Amino acid sequence: MLIFECPYCGVMAEETELTAGGEAHVKRFGPGSSDEDFETYLFHRENPKGVHFERWRHANGCGKWFLAARCTNTLEVFGTYPAQTTRPPEPILEAIRAKRPGFQWRDLA
Amino acid sequence: MSDVKTAMGAAQFEGIAKVEALPATGMITIRGTFSDAGFGKAVCAAAGVEALPGVRETRLTGGKGLLWMSPDELLLICAYSAADRTAHQLAEALKGQHALVANVSDARSLFQVQGRNAREIIAKLAPVDMAPSAFGPGMVRRSRLAQVPAAIWMTDSSTVQIMCFRSVSEYVYGLLTTSAELGGEVGYY
Amino acid sequence: MSTRLVSGGRLIDRTKPITFRFNGKRLKGHAGDTLASALLASDQMLVGRSFKYHRPRGIVASGAEEPNALVGLGEGARFEPNQRATTTELFEGLTAQSQNHWPSLDFDIGAVNTHFARFLTAGFYYKMFIHPRPLWKHVYEPFIRQSAGLGKAPDAETKDSDRYEHFYAFTDVLVIGGGVAGLQAALAAGRSGAKVMLIEQTAHLGGRAPVDGGTIDGQEPGAWVDQTLAALNAMPNVTIRARTMGAGIYDHGYVLGYERVADERPGTDGPRHRLWKIRAGRVITATGAIERPISFAGNDIPGVMLAGAVRDYVVNYGVSVGDRTVVVTNNDDAYRTAIVLAKAGLSVPCIIDARPLGGGALMEEAKALGIRVETGRGIAKVLGGKRVTGVVLCNMVGEGALVEEIACEAVAMSGGWSPVVHLWSHCGGKLTWDADQAAFRPDATRAPIGADGQANVLAAGAANGFGRLQNVLQDADVAGKMAAHALGFDAPKDAPPMGEDAAVKPLMPVWLMPQSAHYGLRMKAWLDYQNDVKVSDVQLAAREGYESVEHTKRYTTLGMATDQGKLSNINGLAILSDALGEPIPQVGTTTFRPPYTPISMGAIAGEARGEIFQPLRRTPMHGWHEAHGAEWEPVGHWRRPYCFPKAGEDKHAAVAREINATRQSIGMLDASTLGKIIVKGPDAGKFLDMLYTNMMSTLAPGKCRYGLMCNENGFLSDDGVVARIDEDTFLCHTTTGGADRIHAHMEDWLQCEWWDWKVYTANVTEQFAQIAVVGPNARKVLEKLGGMDVSKEALPFMTWADGTLGGIKARVYRISFSGELSYEIAVPANQGLALWEALIDAGAEFGITPYGTEALHVMRAEKGFIMIGDETDGTVIPQDLGLGWAISKKKADYLGKRAQERTHMTDPNRWQLVGLETVDGSVLPDGALAYASGKNANGQRNTQGRVTSTYHSPTLGRGIAMGLVLNGPDRMGEVLHFTNTEGEPIAAKIVSPVFYDPEGEKQNV
Repeated sequence: MLIFECPYCGVMAEETELTAGGEAHVKRFGPGSSDEDFETYLFHRENPKGVHFERWRHANGCGKWFLAARCTNTLEVFGTYPAQTTRPPEPILEAIRAKRPGFQWRDLA
Repeated sequence: MSDVKTAMGAAQFEGIAKVEALPATGMITIRGTFSDAGFGKAVCAAAGVEALPGVRETRLTGGKGLLWMSPDELLLICAYSAADRTAHQLAEALKGQHALVANVSDARSLFQVQGRNAREIIAKLAPVDMAPSAFGPGMVRRSRLAQVPAAIWMTDSSTVQIMCFRSVSEYVYGLLTTSAELGGEVGYY
Repeated sequence: MSTRLVSGGRLIDRTKPITFRFNGKRLKGHAGDTLASALLASDQMLVGRSFKYHRPRGIVASGAEEPNALVGLGEGARFEPNQRATTTELFEGLTAQSQNHWPSLDFDIGAVNTHFARFLTAGFYYKMFIHPRPLWKHVYEPFIRQSAGLGKAPDAETKDSDRYEHFYAFTDVLVIGGGVAGLQAALAAGRSGAKVMLIEQTAHLGGRAPVDGGTIDGQEPGAWVDQTLAALNAMPNVTIRARTMGAGIYDHGYVLGYERVADERPGTDGPRHRLWKIRAGRVITATGAIERPISFAGNDIPGVMLAGAVRDYVVNYGVSVGDRTVVVTNNDDAYRTAIVLAKAGLSVPCIIDARPLGGGALMEEAKALGIRVETGRGIAKVLGGKRVTGVVLCNMVGEGALVEEIACEAVAMSGGWSPVVHLWSHCGGKLTWDADQAAFRPDATRAPIGADGQANVLAAGAANGFGRLQNVLQDADVAGKMAAHALGFDAPKDAPPMGEDAAVKPLMPVWLMPQSAHYGLRMKAWLDYQNDVKVSDVQLAAREGYESVEHTKRYTTLGMATDQGKLSNINGLAILSDALGEPIPQVGTTTFRPPYTPISMGAIAGEARGEIFQPLRRTPMHGWHEAHGAEWEPVGHWRRPYCFPKAGEDKHAAVAREINATRQSIGMLDASTLGKIIVKGPDAGKFLDMLYTNMMSTLAPGKCRYGLMCNENGFLSDDGVVARIDEDTFLCHTTTGGADRIHAHMEDWLQCEWWDWKVYTANVTEQFAQIAVVGPNARKVLEKLGGMDVSKEALPFMTWADGTLGGIKARVYRISFSGELSYEIAVPANQGLALWEALIDAGAEFGITPYGTEALHVMRAEKGFIMIGDETDGTVIPQDLGLGWAISKKKADYLGKRAQERTHMTDPNRWQLVGLETVDGSVLPDGALAYASGKNANGQRNTQGRVTSTYHSPTLGRGIAMGLVLNGPDRMGEVLHFTNTEGEPIAAKIVSPVFYDPEGEKQNV
């Protein structure tokens, strides 16, 4: 059972305190967007065997959503960070690059 | 006020610890930006404390004070009869700021577990490190008790208070009393 | 015969006799005995029957790996099948029954199967029961059901009388296994300052070392264990729990420990089992090793045992398994058994060593004791039926020709030791093949990984492949220090204790004895005792093309019994690898899965049974409903009254009465479960405009508006009435099931998308008891309570007001879900019951009638109001339901708007909401499909609509329904065809979904 550190309240929370919310950094497309953009927004998701960026909510806790960089293969957690951002913090990306040379995720590398 | 009827009344149970439903208590949810000018002052004044609690801290004196709930949420504890008035006054004091004040005294239930084994009762139900080195008076932890959300804090080294939603009071009381049944000492802490 | 020796037995207390029963027979043992040792002491060699052939089975092992000695333990509310006698501590009054035989253990009809063994080979069930198909239901299935399973299930009506619980523990270092390796690892980690927890599955710390001998720091291992335990107990940062098995290791250092708190003292206060949910920074698996049997003919006859177990019974329990014991081995360790037996005054007619040159120092010691040693020899077969009478000695090389018959009562066998790698493997730890020891051992370079990306499990001691005492202690010391160091604790630079034991000669792998045993021997050479899998079965599977070890396992059932192949897996794997002509590491192992040994269902459930099996949510008026005979309807975890039947009334009649009373005079509903969420802030209106399809920002304070919420897929997800409290505050009502979900949905968008918008939410659902007072006389009753003006003028339809009613502070909403004059009154939850009772009293003269969810549903359906979850199912958009009026055309954006522009959503052929009126007045079945002409590509009848809500309307005296129908709104008056639940045709006319008061005159008064 996974544990993540909630970046808001500092609790090392186990999965039963959390709810998973799918992929992080999905850009919303609303009315006026092209069919392609909207399709990408609504349906297209990464499914890497490797580092992934995810949304988690500390539901049985402080109630805040946070984001996590986690390897879907080894389950290593490279870090958690607040949800109010469109891009992972640089130190987390650095840590991933160091351990996963050639790492790529959407437009991140 | 004679019509006030809490979910569990004065229920209590004596096992390896004493479990009791606490009487109606004033509870006020406050959301706002803690660093906003005037916010801390208004809230502290309403709660009768010197300063806002830090992350996962409590500031309680004589059954009154504040609990940290999240980076933008506090819970003010006061006398049940004072809750409406306090909430109204605080809302007035915060007028002009972006903040939310809501009396939730009736939405929640409070329980107390007291005794040498109080920590163990909680550790049987919550995925929380209840060791004295990890948790103690002055701290608050929101988590779950078995299948429902709850907040837990200690008022002294052998007294735990638990807050849950009103609708699941009977369930939570059942959890606490079952865990406190005789012979259930774990001897872990 | 097996018997109790006059002296010895380090774990038993001869001054404390214990009486117990086995198959009704009164037997005696001592405190400290296991059920197995006490049975052996009473010469109960035969303890069960095997699964397939019903072969006689005796005790083989002395611990968790035991495959045979499974018993039904206890009686009545404490009966439990398949309990291992070797891990069951004896207590006064214990009762046990042997399993899998009829009519008795000694005479079992099923044993006839052994004569058909030739036909009951691997894959028998697959081959036999596939044809002819018609025989399956009435011949094969009953046969398989009859023969399936070992123990009998506890009586279905009897409730387990014991209590169980969980416990969450957090530690830096968790050591699993309390043998000398575990103790040393715990000591090393503890001295580093780390918080350490050590769990041991048996009641005793120290493991095998006190039996196996040697010295540690010049002392007997037992003395060292006592001294180390004392040191550990004195350390405040170390916790030791005996009788606690490491059941499984999971992601990120999560470990389940299974504590048998009171198995040996049933009926006392406290829980029987406790499931520890442990989160550890590092885990050390010091789980020891398990001895392997040797595959020779008749190795399943009672009296053939593992050599280490034979030694355990003598040393630990003072039990002799036979006067004469033949030892058969491929390694030095079994010589210890011969030496122990000889020193206890028992006879060892022969040690049969498969190795041409035999062993080292221990062999010399045995010889010095006058024991005959035959090297390069093997056992061709064991003689005897229900117990051993002798063995046939043969040469290891060859097919098993008789060299000599040796009479004996027991055979102690050792095929070498396999490290217990189960826990290491549970969470992804990989293994490496150690050819010298012929065993898989943990590969430290491919260890399980924790959240930090570092190896978080370390194996230590025998579990890490070490055999010699010195190596075990050294390895454990390093593991303890490394684990603590990894967590930031500095270990003192002290040396591990010195272990000394006899030097050993290498083992020789023996997978079949003798090497070229002929078929007649191979089909009597057991691999899996419990599931009756033999060498010949695995060889057959390989011949039939089963190459993968996982497939072979399932085809032959090797290792699939309750012991999960603890004794059989490596031997079976070696046979398979030989048959396939591939090296063992290439063939690989099957997957090790938790739990290590079976754990009780009670422990898994913990406290969650009976009243607290799951949370029931109760409204403040729950007790009143209960006292007034409510029939309950579960809505999520809530319990809501479905209806309130009176004496002699069925539910149908009650619902009709409740509706009629409400429509004609006055009814009242506990609506407290409806979600209530405060949305506040300068951007609250803007936010709600995004959340709802309607325009909410234009709602005036004091007014209410019905709103729809969609998800980004465009589908309807919730509905409810929004009340504007003041300029920047709204109160949003949600459905009962939607309160938590919609609050989370709001927070999601506020936190993750529009985090710069100034909006706060608070879920105040439970702050208020909410009561709907409904019907033409509603106003009169509220006026009777008094306190605020509830007139049409002061409180018109779709408005709200604050005030008091009967002295209780209340907020009153003029909203209606029934089509009648209706007030929803919210009061603080703690005063909900007071208001409810005040209304009952005040309304008595009008015949005020509490109604439940079914009356609510029928009344809303009569009005054509949709219900989330009935008319919607996650594929329905508001436009399908004729709710276009609730979708703002002025807004540039709202959640779901873009999706509703997709071609599939604007397709004119989407099914749309209509009312359905049966031609004969009967009630349509829920979910019934309306036929269309022709068939689809799968040969099924085409459909053109379906029923979404259907009720008998007492108001109209007929069946009414709503449904989604192709071009429905354009087909008013057309008749559609359905079938009822009996399969008979039933016709319904398409009508308006508003069956009652279409002008809305009754609610707006």
